[in-house]
Amino acid sequence: MLETRDLSLSVAHRTLCARLSVRFEAGQNWIILGANGSGKTTLLHALAGLRMSDRGQVSLDGTDIRTVPHRQRARRVGLLFQDFESAFPATVLDTVLSGRYPHLERWQWEGAEDYRLAEAALDQVQLAGFGDRALATLSGGERRRVEIATMLAQDTPILLLDEPTNHLDLHHQVRVLEQLAARAQRPGHLNIFVLHDVNLALRFGTHAILLFDDGEHLHGPLSEILQRPNLERLYHCSLREIRADGARWYLPA
Amino acid sequence: MNRRLLIILVLLAAAPLSLWFAVSQGSLDIGGTALWHALLGEHGAAYLVVRDLRLPRALSAFAVGGLLALSGALLQVLLRNPLADPYVLGVSGGAAVAALLAMLAGFGAGWMRAGAFLGAMISMLVVFGLSRAASVWMQNRLLLTGVVVAAGWGAVISLVLSLAPTAQVQGMLFWLIGDLSYAGDPGAALLALAAGLAVAFWLARPLNLLLRGETVAAALGEDPARLRFVIYLLASSLTAMAVTLAGCVGFVGLVIPHILRLAGGADHRFLLPASVLLGGEFLTIADTLARSWVAPTQLPVGVLTALLGVPVFLYLLVRAR
Repeated sequence: MLETRDLSLSVAHRTLCARLSVRFEAGQNWIILGANGSGKTTLLHALAGLRMSDRGQVSLDGTDIRTVPHRQRARRVGLLFQDFESAFPATVLDTVLSGRYPHLERWQWEGAEDYRLAEAALDQVQLAGFGDRALATLSGGERRRVEIATMLAQDTPILLLDEPTNHLDLHHQVRVLEQLAARAQRPGHLNIFVLHDVNLALRFGTHAILLFDDGEHLHGPLSEILQRPNLERLYHCSLREIRADGARWYLPA
Repeated sequence: MNRRLLIILVLLAAAPLSLWFAVSQGSLDIGGTALWHALLGEHGAAYLVVRDLRLPRALSAFAVGGLLALSGALLQVLLRNPLADPYVLGVSGGAAVAALLAMLAGFGAGWMRAGAFLGAMISMLVVFGLSRAASVWMQNRLLLTGVVVAAGWGAVISLVLSLAPTAQVQGMLFWLIGDLSYAGDPGAALLALAAGLAVAFWLARPLNLLLRGETVAAALGEDPARLRFVIYLLASSLTAMAVTLAGCVGFVGLVIPHILRLAGGADHRFLLPASVLLGGEFLTIADTLARSWVAPTQLPVGVLTALLGVPVFLYLLVRAR
């Protein structure tokens, strides 16, 4: 569905990932891991078609994503940003409805179906009944869930999520990731997450990309890639591995 | 939604009322029936006063108010700054310098208007060119360039005022405060207002998206760079048109959009047409009071807009908590 060919990205003359070639297929939950500043967000934005690459390309359904018309792209690929800004007051429902933007014609107003999808998305992140609230009155975690609901209302087969668990409490971290990961089971759906929590990655991912800070990278099925030596190299610290009930966890030693 | 529709309907009904109020006020007392006949084109004692003096001036006031409020609403989103007004990027400064120089040279109102329009356009292109010349075309750079160019024009205005003969200074001050007595034919401004509103309304949904930030807009399928360019050109042209007619009428462009955001929210499909209507009505009423309040002395309308608007806005702001 989504593919990088020979993709190289750099910021301020620093190479973040060099010549990355990965095929992202339907049904997969990819996790991008890396230290701060290793280029996770930059890679995610390149996958969303919002960023020029130094070389190589990202292709969406076989076409260079930079040549796909913007609205058409936004009906295929949804992007959750790491953080959000709001200079002007807005209500929760208006914000979530903005996710319907690429599905509507220029002169078209949001219809009953759009409202239904927006309400359903709010319900999914346990914010049913919050529609009339002003964003400014919500907590950080609630606003994060509004952003996630907006992306769900966009209703795209491909989701790119930049640290979706930011600001969320433990319960909502697991709940939100469970729901999002389950989405990849629908036909033709794919998720790519940027996460910092290795243990959540182990629990919800199927594949992983590790971005090392020298521009090198590793990618493949999660169980092969997420091994202690790789992770210790990734985060420059030694880790303890804990195994129980057939699963494993990593903690800083 | 219903509340927004209601506000629009009330504003639509208020538009003819504000114009009626404007044409009914003045030194010559004209009764309702005579006024109606004069408006319909029946020649009589009132015809010249109503059709040649009061009506064009009322329509000019309406057009200028609508242009300024629309431009202000657009610039507040473009610059992502609630303090933005139609003059923040220096369009009015360029117009003012040209208009004041025309007055200094003793040209008539027609040349003054032409000069003001030209000055506004030059300022718009200068600011755009300079902020564009930098490789990254950021909103902060646009705002900073505009504010600095405006400050430059401000200095030239002060210089002209200092050097001008005393007899001309009052006329210049009136222009700078905003004054509709030189407005002339409102036709072009009304056309510009209608066209501007149509284009702005076409951009209403993208503008809603831009409220959430440029990167968000890009992810949802907009092209923020192109959108910003169009908004900048549109808002600047609207401002240029307004200052050409009436000088630098303050307050309308800053506050009318905020009043409507407080009343009905930030959806631009509501905010833009409502701003045009309320801005037009507000300036029409303010100008009528400006020319009749202490008649026969005529005040510049800019004095009245702030005197009326400040308490109204502060009241709404306090109540909105």
